[in-house]
Amino acid sequence: MHRPPEPRMKRPRARRPRPTPADLVQAAPGPEFEITLDGRALSALPGQSIAAALWAAGVLSWRTTRRGGRARGAFCGIGSCFDCLATVNGTPNQRACLVPARPGDAIITQEGHGRADLTV
Amino acid sequence: MPISPSDTHDLAVIGAGPAGLAAAVTAADLGLTVALVDAAARPGGQFYRQPAAGLGAARPQALHHSWGAFARRAGRLAAHRTAGRIRYLAEHHVWAVTREAAHWAVHAVRGPDGAGARAEVAARTVLLATGAYERQLPFPGWTVPGVVGAGGAQAMLKAGLVVPGRRIVVAGSGPLLLAVAGSLAAAGATVPVVVEAGGYAGYARAPRTLAANPRKLVEGIGHAAALRRYGVRLRTRSAITAVHGTDRVEAVTLTRLDRDWRPVAGSGLRIPCDALAVGHGLVPQLDLATALGCATRRTPDGTAALVLDGRQRTTVDGVWAAGETGGVGGAELALCEGELAAHDIAGRAPGGVLLRHRDRLRRFAGVMAAAHAPRAGWSDWLRSDTEVCRCEEVTAGRVREAVGDLGARDTRTVKLLTRAGMGWCQGRMCGPAVAHLAGETALEAGRRLLACPVTLGELAREER
Repeated sequence: MHRPPEPRMKRPRARRPRPTPADLVQAAPGPEFEITLDGRALSALPGQSIAAALWAAGVLSWRTTRRGGRARGAFCGIGSCFDCLATVNGTPNQRACLVPARPGDAIITQEGHGRADLTV
Repeated sequence: MPISPSDTHDLAVIGAGPAGLAAAVTAADLGLTVALVDAAARPGGQFYRQPAAGLGAARPQALHHSWGAFARRAGRLAAHRTAGRIRYLAEHHVWAVTREAAHWAVHAVRGPDGAGARAEVAARTVLLATGAYERQLPFPGWTVPGVVGAGGAQAMLKAGLVVPGRRIVVAGSGPLLLAVAGSLAAAGATVPVVVEAGGYAGYARAPRTLAANPRKLVEGIGHAAALRRYGVRLRTRSAITAVHGTDRVEAVTLTRLDRDWRPVAGSGLRIPCDALAVGHGLVPQLDLATALGCATRRTPDGTAALVLDGRQRTTVDGVWAAGETGGVGGAELALCEGELAAHDIAGRAPGGVLLRHRDRLRRFAGVMAAAHAPRAGWSDWLRSDTEVCRCEEVTAGRVREAVGDLGARDTRTVKLLTRAGMGWCQGRMCGPAVAHLAGETALEAGRRLLACPVTLGELAREER
């Protein structure tokens, strides 16, 4: 009698819920807190950079370019490319991949050079 | 007796990645007083980047290879700090090293992003262990949100425990891609394919070098097993030549390449995904070194690296370098070179074992560099409206115009004509691409007066 072959992988990977990065390193983070992006409340974990908190919320862009007005976000992730610049608590041009998120941080999508207030 | 901040240290180590960390603890073992200056909040560099303390990661090693080599040295660092032999200056971004009358002055700005106050460190000798950053080659759509550096995705995962999407294609060239794909998959992302523009066949042409580096073979087998476990396919001699989606990635086009990395017409395959992690190997970070006048050489993969002698000395007296600054070769080599440099700085002859280990790993680095070095045909991926310089939004068309119509032959002239490389990143992202498009033959290491941004206010502030 023909029987279908046994599945090669016995590990019930497919049945397990998809692991998260936190599961992988067995993280027990401190209490989450709130930050805002353009007024919208998002949660962040202690120690996460602003860029990491935004990625965790599914947000990949928080800047528009000076000429084309195109959306940008974190690219190099290590502070070299300056694509992740954001306006944080009123100060423009903050590298979101380096600056840690703090409770109550107000992040604003940075338009262009972020210094429209200086335009005469 | 503990070192006081105003003391002149025997050694200033810049960078606390594998090379700098190994050098600092070895030098302290040998009796030197050491200042270990690093931009990050915790030691380890990019390779051993750890989740921030607040994330409470019980098993950070789950995201790492050879964690033990790091953990042992981090333990020694803690002991030397307690004993006052090492001053560890975290969150210090070094923007220049200058020669004073009787010592080297290391100039830094403090804080997680270097926005804080200035700080200076004095030392009789300097070790540059500034590592590398990722080489990017532009392609249509590489500025769409969701396209991230492969190393960037890895850094964000290691430090912040986040991934940029649920279904992530990993592409570019170099062995880092395998590690990145493995980490992303282990962290729960689906990685349908790793797209490698070069190949792995080149390694087989250097059997003696492979045989002399069994640990590298084991590492490679480990990566291959991880990819199989997560169902990740590896496509060599291929590249992502287009990204679909405007506000975020919806799909990418995978194209076969010929030997010269030219796209093979009609071979495009659309792969749905919500993120793309891309990179083409690493570029040594040499800003501090070139500002000091250290000589550079061209490596087999087309980047500039420092000229070093057998004892890790640069061409400038009193300045040593270790790790990726001398040519990209990985963490194991960096650890080894850091220890070698520390011995030489302490006036001790390093053991033959250490020297042979370094030489074996350097040979392997040469094989690796040759296998993944970008071939000239990559620029056929570009369309004239593809942005080459991300900061200044300069397209390939404008760079080609500067070269073809206006006669530019090097990155500097292209920059003056188009502003490519003049923006925030100072050409770190577009430099290799612009150099290629300009037909630059004598590759020059990037020269940047300041190695990182410093506010005019801090520059102008009188030293205390």
